[in-house]
Amino acid sequence: MQFEIDDEQLALQESVRRFLTERYDFETRRGCLAKPAGTSDEIWQAFAEQGFLSIGLPEAQGGIGGATELMLTMEEIGRALVLEPYLSTVALCAPLIADHGTEAQQADLLPRVAAGGLKLALAHGEADARYASTVRAEARRAGDSYVLSGAKATVPDGAVADLLLVSAKAGKLLAVFLVDPNDPGVRVVRYRTHDGRSAADVFFTDVKLRASQMLGSGDATAALERAVQRGIAALCAEAVGAMEAANAATIEYTKSRKQFGQPIGRFQALQHRMADMFVQATQARSMSILATGRCVAPGTLEAGDAASRRRDVSAAKCYVGKAARFVGQQAIQLHGGMGMADELAVSHYFKRLTMIDMTLGDAAHHLAVVSDAVLREVG
Amino acid sequence: MDLEYSAAEKLFRDDVRAFIGEKLPKDVAAKVLGHKRLSREDYLGWHRVLHSRGWSGSTWPREFGGPGWTAVQQHIFDEECTAAGAPPLIAFGMRMVAPVIMKYGSAAQQQFYLPRILSGEHWWCQGYSEPGAGSDLASLKTTAVRRGDSYVVNGQKTWNTLGHFADWMFCLARTSTEGRAQEGISFLLIDMKTKGISVRPIALIDGEYEVNEVWLDDVEVPLTQRVGDENKGWTYAKYLLTHERVNIARLGESKRELRSLKAIAARVPNDGRPLIEDVRFRDAIAAVEIELRALEYTVLRVLSAEAAGRDPGPISSALKISGSEIQQTLAELKMRALGPRALPHVPEALDAGWQGEPDGAEWWAALAGRYFNMRKTSIYSGSNEIQRNIISHRLLGL
Repeated sequence: MQFEIDDEQLALQESVRRFLTERYDFETRRGCLAKPAGTSDEIWQAFAEQGFLSIGLPEAQGGIGGATELMLTMEEIGRALVLEPYLSTVALCAPLIADHGTEAQQADLLPRVAAGGLKLALAHGEADARYASTVRAEARRAGDSYVLSGAKATVPDGAVADLLLVSAKAGKLLAVFLVDPNDPGVRVVRYRTHDGRSAADVFFTDVKLRASQMLGSGDATAALERAVQRGIAALCAEAVGAMEAANAATIEYTKSRKQFGQPIGRFQALQHRMADMFVQATQARSMSILATGRCVAPGTLEAGDAASRRRDVSAAKCYVGKAARFVGQQAIQLHGGMGMADELAVSHYFKRLTMIDMTLGDAAHHLAVVSDAVLREVG
Repeated sequence: MDLEYSAAEKLFRDDVRAFIGEKLPKDVAAKVLGHKRLSREDYLGWHRVLHSRGWSGSTWPREFGGPGWTAVQQHIFDEECTAAGAPPLIAFGMRMVAPVIMKYGSAAQQQFYLPRILSGEHWWCQGYSEPGAGSDLASLKTTAVRRGDSYVVNGQKTWNTLGHFADWMFCLARTSTEGRAQEGISFLLIDMKTKGISVRPIALIDGEYEVNEVWLDDVEVPLTQRVGDENKGWTYAKYLLTHERVNIARLGESKRELRSLKAIAARVPNDGRPLIEDVRFRDAIAAVEIELRALEYTVLRVLSAEAAGRDPGPISSALKISGSEIQQTLAELKMRALGPRALPHVPEALDAGWQGEPDGAEWWAALAGRYFNMRKTSIYSGSNEIQRNIISHRLLGL
């Protein structure tokens, strides 16, 4: 058992942090926020040049590192409030392609991801399902091709993706299809989200798909679950970075803001609140490590049983979601009126932390997953 | 990064588990798991069993007779003992005064006291708190005045845990009133049989006998029983408190109590169905399970950092806060699981072997009392408010 991050991993994290500090400070980010989708081609290309888009990819595709490196990178993405579709492309979709795609699909798509030429989004969730994994979109077989119909709701980064990974029923199987959002029959309703990112509702009306657009072969249910679990682990890590930054900002603010003739950080009511914020962020980091440790690397056989992995990943997302809400709310509270202003970073951290809780299952959803597991354990 | 125990650690765990399975008396384990009253002999019998295997000083280095285990091995050992229902070894000797004697005691003190702590011959208790000195411990008023080769100690200590079982007490006493309050305190080792000591029980909220007042009336303590320098006792006391690191999380105990809670919820009927099928109650169990998982992985991170020689930071205060809140939640849920059966007070059912009516009291009678008793966990060992002070001062540097 060891939880230590080795020197090489620390160096990678440090290089991501340094890059973002230099190239993506809060004012630069504000400039990106003002753009139509919040993203910057220049930053994305720089990510590619730095190798950040290769993290976690298989070595055969020029990948760097694995789940731990991705976790450390996501912490920095959270700390810098990066608006790019990093989670969707690098944490969710590329590993799904590596896990379930054919060799030809991997060889075609993954180098393009690494080079910065292909942004991906996972179109999995549906409006009626809320957070459940129920899929009603359907791909009917027509000769040696498919015809896709259905709708996907609030697809993160769906507004900026070059290629969508769409889950749909194909006969008795659950499959994932590679769909170009510009294809005939695809309607993409793009919008911004409260945290400055973008998402989309995507409607498919009799979209004709070649057989080669099906990702891999065979049922994708397990691969999709593994992908979502990796996404959850990445979100947990992003939240850890954002919580630490929000806590640091709050401590700094309470040391400099003076009322009643002294820094408000001298007041015990505020000190104890910050102590609680520290405790929750610290334990959220432990849960983020747990979630990452339980993720199955693409292309490897599953070790251990799926039920206990599901339980741990849900426990992590539940804890982190609650901690993110608490830390975010209290960071705003301790900043007083300034917490309500758009000007300071703290309001942006709060919004991102809130959206993280609401993505891929909120704390209540994942509590129910653990609760059901408790019933199966002892009921 | 690797979340699993190594093969060697798993073998160690199997070894410990097999030993406990063979040697831990079933009747004693049943008392511990059922929250029944334990006798002095219940504690000491198990202590001697461990001593005979060379395991009583699980946290001690080899040079003082410990097994020289790694932090992870100590953690595994604690978790196995606790899960099986072994009585805890009395921390005041093993984990509190012993590390102080190891670090600051004279060679003669080390030679005399440490083997006797290890063997269980000496049961230790703590003389810290006073009626006027709780969280503000440095304001203590018990005095130690030099007379020849001895101190004469006068004062009153309180919240002395299991002092009625104890042979020795480590005690903070004022040897100077000059300078800051912290600068006039000495750390004394006192034989509980010394003339002038009286131990009086304090009636507690659950009706049980656990803590005492200790009155010191002209108690003569040889100078050789002072640890380290005169007036430096505060330094040693602080060392003692920081030495408690991950143990303060009570992780093993809470994991055991979570299992027990689930078993109770599966057994207790709720309108003809097992209570565990009630979503609201089960969600509360799931919520505390998640909190416990977060605590567990924080503890494991601390162990891993220590093994790598890194300082994990002001984390023991965080572990104290979370760990105590989880202990309290588990005790509360075990009581709430009983529903109306939480009401009857049947103290005689807390003795092992008791059978009688009301029906089933032998398994449920302890649970409400334990809920009341466990409110202590956020108060003792530095109240959770003091822990928040420590965290915020270290974070803020104000």
